[in-house]
Amino acid sequence: MHQEYTVPAQDFSVAGVASSNFKRLLKQLNLPPKVIKRIIVAVFEAEVNVIAHSYGGRIVCELGEDTITVEVIDTGPGIPNLDLAMKEGWSTATEEILELGYGAGMGLPNIKKNCDRLSIRTKAGEHTHITMGFDLKEEP
Amino acid sequence: MPPVHDILTFMKLKDIIACVDGQLICGESHLEDEIARGFASDLMSDVLTILEDDILLITGLSNNQAIRTAEMSDIKNILLVRNKKPSQNMIDMAQELNISLSYTSYSLFKASALLFQKGLKPVY
Repeated sequence: MHQEYTVPAQDFSVAGVASSNFKRLLKQLNLPPKVIKRIIVAVFEAEVNVIAHSYGGRIVCELGEDTITVEVIDTGPGIPNLDLAMKEGWSTATEEILELGYGAGMGLPNIKKNCDRLSIRTKAGEHTHITMGFDLKEEP
Repeated sequence: MPPVHDILTFMKLKDIIACVDGQLICGESHLEDEIARGFASDLMSDVLTILEDDILLITGLSNNQAIRTAEMSDIKNILLVRNKKPSQNMIDMAQELNISLSYTSYSLFKASALLFQKGLKPVY
């Protein structure tokens, strides 16, 4: 199954709408709640990142029998220093983002924690392409 | 016998609200919910790192993001502190997502301390 969601830039009134719709879909598939939570927390963090830091983008989900792959592709401006961005507590969030309760520099580290596979392709001045892989079998 | 800190005491939401002299705004069906742990934060980024479900989120962040974060983290009950009353938009969203919203005039520290005293456990 293939599902896509559009994520606008800077519009926090819709932050979480895509993740919420995706969560509803995952619930309909009767996946274990713990697996759904891992996937949704990671996707939501990525969605908030797109709204907060990019020019907008989309979330592309491929649902297989044993795995789910979620790609988050924005239109720029890229992450200048990915090593720094992966560090807990490192943030480039604006005042507005902080007031909304985000921007603690936990987004990418938390994405990494919640998915089974993660690849990030980015470059300053270009777009960011995050691919998250999730195994659907619940850990014992 | 397990060590004392391993014994979980559950608090019903209605008792949690009474303990902080609070008021329920929406989510009456949750009043009998039994809650073992609480997490107090105004930073939703930190809430999203919590793996436990069904905790009480105690926060002074009264905006839609608090509800959205609760939704993503499988949190069913939110207690707003510092007399932060939610907007109608927030209430509508909480109702749609079946999340209870309560509020208290107490500070985050006082509300958390009172609940801790009554046996509500921290997540960590």
